[in-house]
Amino acid sequence: MSSLTMGGRFGKNTTVQSAYDRPNTLTSGHRACQGCGEALAARSAVDAAYRATHGNVAVVNATGCLEVFSCVFPENSWNIPWMHSLFGNAAAVASGVAAAYKVQRRENIRVIAQGGDGGTTDIGMGCLSGMFDRNDDVLYICYDNQAYMNTGVQRSSATPSLARTATTLPDGEYRGNEVHTGKNVPEIAMAHGIPYVATASIGDLHDLETKVAKAINIRGAKYIQIHCPCPLGWGFPTGETIRLAKLAIKSGLYPLFEAEHGELVGSTPIEEKIPVEDYLRVQKRFAHLFGKKANPDAIGVLQNLANKNIKKYRLGGMSDE
Amino acid sequence: MSKPFATVLESGTSLTNKTGSWRTMRPEYTRRLPPCNVTCPAGENIQQWLTLAQEGRFYEAWQEMVKNNPFPATMGRVCYHTCEKTCNRGQLDGSVNINLIERSIGDMAIAKGWSFVPVQKHTGKKVLIIGAGPSGLSAAYFLRQMGHDITIYEDHKLLGGMARYGVPKYRLPRNILDAEIKRILDLGITVETNKKVEVLQNELGKFDAVYLATGACLASKTDVEISAGSNTMDAIDMFRKMEDIPDDCPELGEKVLVYGGGNTAIDAARTALRMGAKNVKIVYRRTFNKMPAHETEIQDALAEGIEVLCLRTIASIDGNKVIVSKMEFDEESNTLSKTGDTEMLIADSVIFAIGQSVEDTVVQGISGIVVSDKGVIDVDSQMMTGAKGVFAGGDVINGKRTVTHAIGYGKKAAKCINAFLFRQTYNCEPKHEVATFKKLNTEYYKNEVREEVSRLGDLSFEEKDVSYGSDKVIFEASRCFSCGNCFHCDNCYSYCPDNAIIKHEDGSLEINYDYCKGCGICATECPCGAIKMVADDK
Repeated sequence: MSSLTMGGRFGKNTTVQSAYDRPNTLTSGHRACQGCGEALAARSAVDAAYRATHGNVAVVNATGCLEVFSCVFPENSWNIPWMHSLFGNAAAVASGVAAAYKVQRRENIRVIAQGGDGGTTDIGMGCLSGMFDRNDDVLYICYDNQAYMNTGVQRSSATPSLARTATTLPDGEYRGNEVHTGKNVPEIAMAHGIPYVATASIGDLHDLETKVAKAINIRGAKYIQIHCPCPLGWGFPTGETIRLAKLAIKSGLYPLFEAEHGELVGSTPIEEKIPVEDYLRVQKRFAHLFGKKANPDAIGVLQNLANKNIKKYRLGGMSDE
Repeated sequence: MSKPFATVLESGTSLTNKTGSWRTMRPEYTRRLPPCNVTCPAGENIQQWLTLAQEGRFYEAWQEMVKNNPFPATMGRVCYHTCEKTCNRGQLDGSVNINLIERSIGDMAIAKGWSFVPVQKHTGKKVLIIGAGPSGLSAAYFLRQMGHDITIYEDHKLLGGMARYGVPKYRLPRNILDAEIKRILDLGITVETNKKVEVLQNELGKFDAVYLATGACLASKTDVEISAGSNTMDAIDMFRKMEDIPDDCPELGEKVLVYGGGNTAIDAARTALRMGAKNVKIVYRRTFNKMPAHETEIQDALAEGIEVLCLRTIASIDGNKVIVSKMEFDEESNTLSKTGDTEMLIADSVIFAIGQSVEDTVVQGISGIVVSDKGVIDVDSQMMTGAKGVFAGGDVINGKRTVTHAIGYGKKAAKCINAFLFRQTYNCEPKHEVATFKKLNTEYYKNEVREEVSRLGDLSFEEKDVSYGSDKVIFEASRCFSCGNCFHCDNCYSYCPDNAIIKHEDGSLEINYDYCKGCGICATECPCGAIKMVADDK
């Protein structure tokens, strides 16, 4: 069977996630919602890091969905050294953990800091920038589900333009989250000139695992942002999580790329480009952009953003060069 | 015992939290019936042999083929492959070339001399099969494997029925057919050729059951006025002479007309070209798209330069003058009428291929056997005629007349006869739901456009060699989607956010309902539709 599946009986190009003996660093029994993209992303990323370091990995977690659903006292879902301190200080705590290992001459133990987009792009921004600035030996992974989900879907600086959240409810002239607001944190990370920055998605696990495995063994500060669709916060059926992630990639709204020392070094071309509408229409957070009362320009605004991404990150393959 | 504040509980793993209790829907692994298997008139498990072929296990693939069809190399040539029409891959980038894979593996079996597993069972029951065409030989093969003693009577000189006397050898080389027939006879089957059963009643007492597979080898009659001295013949008689007395082939001349629009007409026209005719035309009464012949056959005939004259019937033939009446066809009411116009065509010979009917003299005088208005023998759901112990199948009963259908009838008749011999009735096992295109997630199949292989050779009786080598068989078989049946892609296992799918070391998969929250990602991302979501009423 020649296919693009995760595993396969011919054992070609298979993922860590398809291995019968995968590490399962995040185990069952966690309290993530049905169809949670973040739970899958976290297990995939940390498993890949675990494999690439032969199990020598420690994790510092920011507050957020991931932390809340994976460690409900007295239970814990992590099968690796894992700690949680505050919402905004994961990068700083991880810097400390890495420094401690350095002092102990145990730098073979690799450190991951991880959090959601709220804990990364808003609350943890200061600590994160500091970690980049000092080039601390930490891989920071941001699980980007584009809003504060466990507190009730409030806007974050990673919420896309025109999306509905509890704090950006469309009303009359107001069409949802303002266009041209928010932060492009991968670009901010690149501006720090750190050794490695990448974006990934659970819609492409092969790519996600490759990037994490590569980043975890690079010395210095690394940043990976992973797109994780959220059935509850975005409003789509729980079984569609992976499909949504794939649609985001194909539309150009979530570009997959890699950068080293501030320079773009590679991107994943879109094989089969789709209009942004195909991605937006299936989500309730964009429902106000469709239907009779909708402003027809809105889709165009988002299509423009996608087109810009395609050009900027060279997602069109050779033809766009 | 004193503990610091807020650590009154021992910490532990979340595995104690059985999140399966959240579930309202549950995923279940399922098996769905692939469309190719559903449509195969011989009931082959096509997907299964494609799976084996993908792995290069050609002998096992061949064994899987012959579980349902003892003629893979023959079918790989003459079958009209309805499987490829319904193949789900056809909706993406072209169906899997199932027919050519079957032919290639069938040829491999002949080249390597693979034979059937010798029969171990012996029941002592005796079955007579009348007619050694595809249906009779198929029934003989299956019944012999069930341990019965088989005798075949065939009134032609050679075995094979319509596969030999109805299919020209440029489509089916006789060494292929002979090899596959011999392999069946090697199971230990008694055959008497040139034996025409005049009075079936005389044979009934000697056998425990009889299978009538005498086919439809009488050319249908026409009302065309034919003057003495005109060179006309029936296609079926022409084919028979070419097989039995090849040195005495009928003379056709340069200009040949073939009357009819079915596969036999096409075969006759293409055969005429190979016998030296320079100008061959097919005369067909309805419109072009109503021609019953298989599309690829028509295309091949056109490519060889055969012309099709539609909406015409032959009124009379006088020497080389053929008068045809022009027809009108009303699509809506599906009626055909004469326009009143006629035209004259010049032909050195005219071949009739307007259908074949059943010779029913053999069953006359046997009480209970009913010949219907259509001139075919009536059978019940057990394929038994009105006479107890006398079964019928193939072209002799009402149904589609192709070699593949005949093989399917032979297999079914064998099962029914076997049941009858043990005073039972044959019941077909319930079938799984069909794996339609909608049930698939084709995201995961790499785009590999079907490569068309033309079987059109030169204008000789030699067949064009188009069989795949092993590499091509593996490549083409790998294009199979495995519709409805898990092919161990591990998507479900990889994507489950709750680790609720267990993959064992041998690759087998199991759902852990203790933790499955029923999100449905596994079912959505299953490429082949082998997981279904059902309401969980625990």
